[in-house]
Amino acid sequence: MNFGHFFRSTVGIATLAALLVALPFVAAMGGQAWVRILDFAILYVFLALGLNIVVGLAGLLDLGYIAFYAVGAYTWALLASPHFGLHWPIWAILPIGAGLACLAGVVLGSPTLKLRGDYLAIVTLGFGEIVRIFLNNLNAPINVTNGPQGITLIDPVSFGAFQFSGTTQILGFAISGPQKYYFLLVALAILVVIINLRLQNSRIGRAWQAIREDEIAAKAIGINTRNLKLLAFAMGASFGGVAGGIFAAMQGFVSPESFSLIESIMILAMVVLGGMGHIPGVILGAVLLTVLPEVLRYGVGPLQMALFGKMLADPESLRMLVFGLALVLVMRFKPAGLWPSPVRRRELQETGK
Amino acid sequence: MSANLAKPLLEAKAVAKHFGGVKALRDVSLSIRRGEIYGLIGPNGAGKTTFFNCMTGLYVPDGGGFTFDGTPLVADASDKAAARGIARTFQNIRLFGNMTALENVMVGRHVRTRAGVLGAIFQNAATKAEEAAIRQKAIDLLHYVRIEERADDLARNLSYGDQRRLEIARALATDPKLLCLDEPAAGMNATETEQLRELIDGIRRDGTTILLIEHDVKLVMGLCDRVAVLDYGALVIEDVPAVVQKDQRVIEAYLGA
Repeated sequence: MNFGHFFRSTVGIATLAALLVALPFVAAMGGQAWVRILDFAILYVFLALGLNIVVGLAGLLDLGYIAFYAVGAYTWALLASPHFGLHWPIWAILPIGAGLACLAGVVLGSPTLKLRGDYLAIVTLGFGEIVRIFLNNLNAPINVTNGPQGITLIDPVSFGAFQFSGTTQILGFAISGPQKYYFLLVALAILVVIINLRLQNSRIGRAWQAIREDEIAAKAIGINTRNLKLLAFAMGASFGGVAGGIFAAMQGFVSPESFSLIESIMILAMVVLGGMGHIPGVILGAVLLTVLPEVLRYGVGPLQMALFGKMLADPESLRMLVFGLALVLVMRFKPAGLWPSPVRRRELQETGK
Repeated sequence: MSANLAKPLLEAKAVAKHFGGVKALRDVSLSIRRGEIYGLIGPNGAGKTTFFNCMTGLYVPDGGGFTFDGTPLVADASDKAAARGIARTFQNIRLFGNMTALENVMVGRHVRTRAGVLGAIFQNAATKAEEAAIRQKAIDLLHYVRIEERADDLARNLSYGDQRRLEIARALATDPKLLCLDEPAAGMNATETEQLRELIDGIRRDGTTILLIEHDVKLVMGLCDRVAVLDYGALVIEDVPAVVQKDQRVIEAYLGA
């Protein structure tokens, strides 16, 4: 069975499109909560594909990626909420958020250019924490971020009079807020998939991969490794910024809590677990790691009742246990990820014997 | 073309490099003429690779410097050396293992092409044309070094000899004026060495000047137009192979005095 060919055929694309359109309505049968989970799955697809540029293509281990998401989210929150009394439109905030995140990417990138692997991971980890702590403490002497209380009543995404929050009637269909966000996010995700695909098979993408494989050799054939690494950081960060903006608008609320280290680690896990550098794999990883914990949240309790007739373990703690176990098992038996690139898979089969 | 053509392609003037107290290079001066195959030999630890690394910008010399094609080379910038037209291979092969052979050569075109991020995203006509040209050139180069049937294999899965050839093809993709080969015959058997000799000779005939560091004295003497011998970081002699072979100091350096 060849998924790659299937997705390139017209029938494949049509099937996929139909599935994507039907999905939020199917999910809505289980309640709007499931549509929101879908929204987050797509949002994480977007984030993971942004990180994939940095980690998967350029090979720069970034453990502070959530910081750029935070920059984007707070940009939106500050420019479109009663906090400062500003209510700027999306076409102004989203580019500003992406731009600021991009700038943060360059700020993080420049001092780390000479670092590799674990050293880079530690510095980026520190950077992510610095941003979070800043957000937590920037409520005095001037109240910029409102500290740990976060910012509330953030404007939803809107194009003119069309609001993404609340239910709208379109052609007799009632479309809920989360469903509208779903379609916005899918559109953005498709855009980022196309950008990822095109970059990967381009002059810049190959240069990134060369740096990932052997930096000295890359320099020796004339690749300006400094500029290209900064470019990778900047591009990845910009995607993080856009995702953050949509997140703030969708939630209507941001606080530093949403941007902890575990979030960075989860996004990295999506990239690695799915199949580093392979776009369908990264998408699969992001969807699984978002949906699986929720399925477990709702599934573990009833499952225990069905199997043992009583609650043996607290569903909330069991959920993370099962989740962690699943991660370990995948990495043990599928070291290249659940859906690695065909070349990489062939490689593992050849050397694995 | 300019009056530069009469001058040497590369001139090293009193290049010195120390590692702590070890004097790896002591005021080495030599010059490589256009169109020749220039051999650099010497016992282990004589400073051949150090000289190479200084020239290609991997190390910063502690003294002296290089003039390439009429203008000085900037130290500590190997990407700029490649842009100037100096390409190299490595003693311990350094390929991009998880990329295919074809992609390895395509990356080599980086320094001679221009498409940026926007071009890649919007796929404008110029980017598409450039990409097609990169691919075609890479395929041609794989044919040139005769590993075209391995184009879609990962570089790491190629045989040792093919990896050496791929590294040369990648270096050639940068359109070098000077191709520097660091012990290309290391670990090769007699047949492979002979094929390599033909390849190097062919590259020179097609107009690229070659600097060859090699242990295989037979290969060097048979192939090179001129040879320099390094010993303990100092230049012993620079002359045609026939003279170098008979030089008493060279014999002493190799056999021990």
